[in-house]
Amino acid sequence: MIRYKKDLILKVMVHGILIITLFALIFPFIWMLFGAFKDANEVIQMPPKIFPSKFNLTNFSEIRSLFPVELFLFNSILVALVSTLLQMIFCAAAGYIFAKVSFKGRELLFTLYLITMMIPQQLIMITLYKVFVGMNLQNTYLGIILPGTYNALGIFLLRQHISTISDSFLEAGFMDGASHFRVFRQIILPLCKPALATLAILAFMGSWNAFLWPLIITSDTRLATLPLGLSKLQSRWTTSWNLLMAGNVVSFIPMLLVYIFAQRYFIKSISLSGVKG
Amino acid sequence: MVGESRLGKVYVIVIFLLPSLVGLVAFNVIPIIHSIYASLTEWDLITPAKFIGIENYLGIFQDENSVKGMINTFKFVGGYIPLALFLSLIFAALLDMKLRWIKLYRALFFVPVIISWVVVSLIWLWLFNSDTGLINYLLSMLGIQGPMWLQDESTAMLAVIIASLSKDLGYFTIILLSGLQGISDEYYESADIDGANAFQKFFKITIPCLTPILFFVLVILLITSLQVFDQVYVMTGGGPYGSTRTLVLEIYDNAFQLNKAGFACAQAWFLVIIIWIVTVSQNKLQKRWVHYDSI
Repeated sequence: MIRYKKDLILKVMVHGILIITLFALIFPFIWMLFGAFKDANEVIQMPPKIFPSKFNLTNFSEIRSLFPVELFLFNSILVALVSTLLQMIFCAAAGYIFAKVSFKGRELLFTLYLITMMIPQQLIMITLYKVFVGMNLQNTYLGIILPGTYNALGIFLLRQHISTISDSFLEAGFMDGASHFRVFRQIILPLCKPALATLAILAFMGSWNAFLWPLIITSDTRLATLPLGLSKLQSRWTTSWNLLMAGNVVSFIPMLLVYIFAQRYFIKSISLSGVKG
Repeated sequence: MVGESRLGKVYVIVIFLLPSLVGLVAFNVIPIIHSIYASLTEWDLITPAKFIGIENYLGIFQDENSVKGMINTFKFVGGYIPLALFLSLIFAALLDMKLRWIKLYRALFFVPVIISWVVVSLIWLWLFNSDTGLINYLLSMLGIQGPMWLQDESTAMLAVIIASLSKDLGYFTIILLSGLQGISDEYYESADIDGANAFQKFFKITIPCLTPILFFVLVILLITSLQVFDQVYVMTGGGPYGSTRTLVLEIYDNAFQLNKAGFACAQAWFLVIIIWIVTVSQNKLQKRWVHYDSI
């Protein structure tokens, strides 16, 4: 009986700690959401009012008249989708070769891929910027997307996964006269769906939130992705919190929706691969 | 591997590897090699580079901003890592308990991780605002006169660290949680038989079994926090008076704002070397505290 009571107190305490912490972690986003609906006076009012007096969309239409927000949204979606798709194809293709098609020097080449995982972006970006300017890729979608399509970690992930697929599956395919392409498409890809889902989530998150490279390679506002557009918005309207928060909400909602629908995979992906978005 | 003809195989290898090979060579090998050369030159990204030897590397330790960038980066690392490790360990342990709603707690804990740095930074910029921010208002309700936070040299870095923790805590917590879930129940059961209490179990079983994951988290923490950029760029731009100017911000400014790309390359190499030294020494030190045999 005493034991039971002790357990109950402990449980209540843990619930309390977790709820308070979660409130502290999540409240900034709720505050952002409320801020996005407040008007210019309400947002700087002291003492602050928690709820906006009415939920109207004035701030959203105002930032739309000042900044092409729907274009930022379109750019972000385009860049994230194309980048994710390319990463999935490229990583699966390379992973297939490194797992199942042997050739001379394969292990050495794979080691080279792995080494690039240890090179931080900052070292590469300066020269890469110069190369991209030389190739007229500055201020293009391709310029934003291309460097991200090389994902050594993704290749590693897919290689590990494809290695676990038994050779007998492939051999059965070849016996029936299928080509490597067909075996890849009809046997390998369906079997490595979990790994592809992991990669897709990491790639989408990375691309949606990417900041430093897009900042460097674009100067044209019309090509800005949401994070970039938001930072431009901020440098113009430093303390117009209602407008800034409205912009934030536009960037926040799509990612939140993706998270709600694929929540299980998100947490699994992160704990499997341990990669930071 | 059985399969098609030799020629067919070569064809497949080339087609399948080509996209990533282009990335490997064009986006990695060439820029890396070129940046070695560029770090030895005076270069503004427009006119041809002028070879000046190791002068840039000497400059890293002489240039006032560069030294400040290093000190600020270490300040961030020194403040952020211990807190991140300590807090994520505690919350991983709590989230590992068998409680009602625990899955919901875990899912909510992770929300800040998926949101972009720019969004999170903008929110904290407002929360930390000394006149209209919520934090100073809450402090004033407790009778505390809040500091100027981001406008004050002595508190700006602290504010950046708090914002960073709020976003990253969920990430490290989830990784450590997956480590905790991997620890076999048998250890705890036999400890129960021996009459061990909760603290003994935590320090004698949980921590030792978790050391491989802790090691992984520590390495990731070191690597990513040495490269801190987005939040500083948005929240302070390096100010006030350069008090939050970190190494990567220095590299970015020198390369793309101040026409000192050669110097920036040298700084980038310096950063890479620090990261490598830290990673390798962690790897050496791990033998003293990481237990692999028990899992």
